[in-house]
Amino acid sequence: MPRTAPKPSATNLQLVSRATYLKEILLKNLFLVCACVAVAGVLLIFGFVGLRGWPAFAEVGPWAFLTGTEWSPTDGQYGILPLIWGTVLVMLGALVIGTPLAVGTAIFLSEIASPRVRAIVRPAVELLAGIPSVIYGFFGLIILRPIVANLTDGLGFGAVTAWFILAIMIVPTIATLSEDALQSIPPGIREASYAMGATTWQTIYKVIVPAAKIGIIDAIILGMGRAIGETMAVLMVVGNAPVFPESIAAPIATLTTQIVMDMPYAAGMHRTALFGMAIVLFVASMGLVALVRLISRLQTSIESGR
Amino acid sequence: MSKTITNAIALTLLWIAAIVTVLVLGTVILYVFVNGIGQLSLEFIFTWPEGVAAEGGIWPTIVSTMYVTALAMVIVTPIAILAAVYLAEYAIQGRLVSTIRFAADSLASVPSIVMGLFGLALFVEAAGIGFSMLSAALALSFLMLPIVMRTTEEAIRSVPKYIRWGSYGLGATKWQVVSRSVLPASMPRIITGIILATGRAVGETAVVIYTMGQAINLPVSPLDSGRPMTVHLYLLAMEGINLPAAYGTALLLMILILAFNLGARYFLRRNRKV
Amino acid sequence: MSYRATPVPDDAPEKITVKGLEFYYGDFHALTDITVGIKEKAVTAFIGPSGCGKSTFLRCFNRMNDLIPGTRAEGTITLDGQDIYAVGVDPVDLRRRIGMIFQQPNPFPMSIYDNVAFGPRLQGVKKKPDLDGVVQTSLERANLWKETKDILSRNGLALSGGQQQRLCIARVLAVEPEVMLMDEPCSAIDPTSVQKIEDLMDELKDRITIVIVTHNMQQAARVSDFTAFFLQEHAGEAAVLVEYDRTANIFTSPKDRRTEDYITGRFG
Repeated sequence: MPRTAPKPSATNLQLVSRATYLKEILLKNLFLVCACVAVAGVLLIFGFVGLRGWPAFAEVGPWAFLTGTEWSPTDGQYGILPLIWGTVLVMLGALVIGTPLAVGTAIFLSEIASPRVRAIVRPAVELLAGIPSVIYGFFGLIILRPIVANLTDGLGFGAVTAWFILAIMIVPTIATLSEDALQSIPPGIREASYAMGATTWQTIYKVIVPAAKIGIIDAIILGMGRAIGETMAVLMVVGNAPVFPESIAAPIATLTTQIVMDMPYAAGMHRTALFGMAIVLFVASMGLVALVRLISRLQTSIESGR
Repeated sequence: MSKTITNAIALTLLWIAAIVTVLVLGTVILYVFVNGIGQLSLEFIFTWPEGVAAEGGIWPTIVSTMYVTALAMVIVTPIAILAAVYLAEYAIQGRLVSTIRFAADSLASVPSIVMGLFGLALFVEAAGIGFSMLSAALALSFLMLPIVMRTTEEAIRSVPKYIRWGSYGLGATKWQVVSRSVLPASMPRIITGIILATGRAVGETAVVIYTMGQAINLPVSPLDSGRPMTVHLYLLAMEGINLPAAYGTALLLMILILAFNLGARYFLRRNRKV
Repeated sequence: MSYRATPVPDDAPEKITVKGLEFYYGDFHALTDITVGIKEKAVTAFIGPSGCGKSTFLRCFNRMNDLIPGTRAEGTITLDGQDIYAVGVDPVDLRRRIGMIFQQPNPFPMSIYDNVAFGPRLQGVKKKPDLDGVVQTSLERANLWKETKDILSRNGLALSGGQQQRLCIARVLAVEPEVMLMDEPCSAIDPTSVQKIEDLMDELKDRITIVIVTHNMQQAARVSDFTAFFLQEHAGEAAVLVEYDRTANIFTSPKDRRTEDYITGRFG
């Protein structure tokens, strides 16, 4: 039986009973706590991973840790630069291959595809996003590695193979976010451009893409984040040699793969160093998120005319 | 005429980009399907792996995957939905909301290995839960939280204002409006978001390796450990001894995820009220 | 009727001639048996109740309807005597000769300067002094120069609705079109801007053929030399051209009963 509001008195207008009022406040704060779980999560990750990994920075020294070129825990060498380089190399190659594919697909979906074609391609892109990284790694291991091995006269484990697998994996991220950015441009703009006698391509590169520029850049940055953090698929094809490679087809390792390789048997400072690498990864991914927010904020201030 | 030619070339390239993307998807799925279909049998699904080469079936891994995913879903759903309710209905835009959103975005982009190590450090070691379904589910919850929060918030925001005003106009309190009008109206999209996040959790490997262990086990209580399908596939693939079993695992995994993905889509289309 | 020292002569050439146009959106028959001649360097208004196909008809002139899948046109539309639907006619080229202003102002999300320079750049004009000149002339003709000359680098979206619409007009004028099509250009903006737009139509009409679709009968009466009245008599039927005549005649002594009923407000 729902409570009915009490009759308004002459002195104060009380809209609900005190009990209901308290209940509402309680609920609101409960929800606030739930929302703050996300914040708590980030802090906890910082805390626990940070706690475990901090000694690596403290004892090895941040400079030596981050820029040391020797990763050889058995010899007490904890320089992670080869691994940072591996991560960057793998990410850059994947971006170079994946970005044109992804942005091209996004433009295709937004500007060219008929509804029927769109109904096939868009779900395909979303499904690509859902395939687990182990399966991509498996595919890379069994199918791609031998092909690359044949082409490069090597083992096929190395950056090149990782580039292709990782590129496929970041395409859905970049494509869906880019497409959202393109779709959020009002259709009237396209009409205006066509009415002025621009071709489809001219409209795309002179009007639409510049207008969606920020959204597309955001998408690419988030794709970078995905590439940096990817573990399993890269692990299965990259060769796991924590050194600076002589060529792009030679085995290397990344921050993520090295952690997985070493963790089962790491102890003491070795283990701490692995946690230290996790800190680096976490800071990098948060940094990219912050970058995206910064760029978006710049965008809104430009558009409002300031 | 060059603008016409440029236009034609550019459009062709864009078509090619889309076709390549679809082809890659098709290739991967086809590859797993063709190689794995021979493995699929009732025996494969329902028996245990035997011996070093993991002959036999993968039943315990299937159960482990389902168990931990269901547990994670149960943990994350209420928190994420209520968090989204706060952001969509109660929150005033300001520093706090901005911080919460930044935190959610950060959680969403945490590399899964970092999340795995975090789970190891906090749940397995510090909290003493050990390698278990529970540790893994808790870690997975953090992974799923931002996804479900975002989709739920979008679902709530897409409920038209007039539905709320109708309720307010009848003298409902805020919570009554939310629980009786807004949430029911946005339920289909919320559920879709949960299904999609669950699909993501099913495919996770790095997080669960460090929180669930690798021992093949049929989990009964949340404190039991086990080995999910993803880890099983990884180990089989790296060892390389029993590739047929690896293909079979991969195919089952993919079927499971496709089922989640397509199921979510289908569910949404059937139930679209808003 | 628009004020002119000498009215447009009866034998003035037709810029656009339409004969027996039938138009379909997929299966839906939207326009039937439309035959009319749009006089050169005059202002023609299309009036009629909401949804009767005036905008659809307007969009046939620059083949903007081609962009909607499933549309079909039969009959002929000629521009300066040439069939615009003939095989081999490039709609892109057609749209360079015919400019269009839309109901909802749609400036590009670029600077005011870049908006107006868009058309000339498309046609290959690159040198800054040339572009500067075109930008200034176009903004002057659109009655917008004074308000924007100091803020040319500001984003076009930062302007008010009425200013945005005048920006869109300047953008069209920059390519010096022979025809300007205006699809209810004033329905979404403030009265002062409406006045400014009507003023610029007045200044342009001796140089450009203007066709304006409008809901507002008083506006049609104010700005146009000729008026065409369209009507969809029953829902689901194709719309027809009921009457076409000089504006003065339409509004003071319409020949068709239906025109008179519409003008006097018996239905709307």
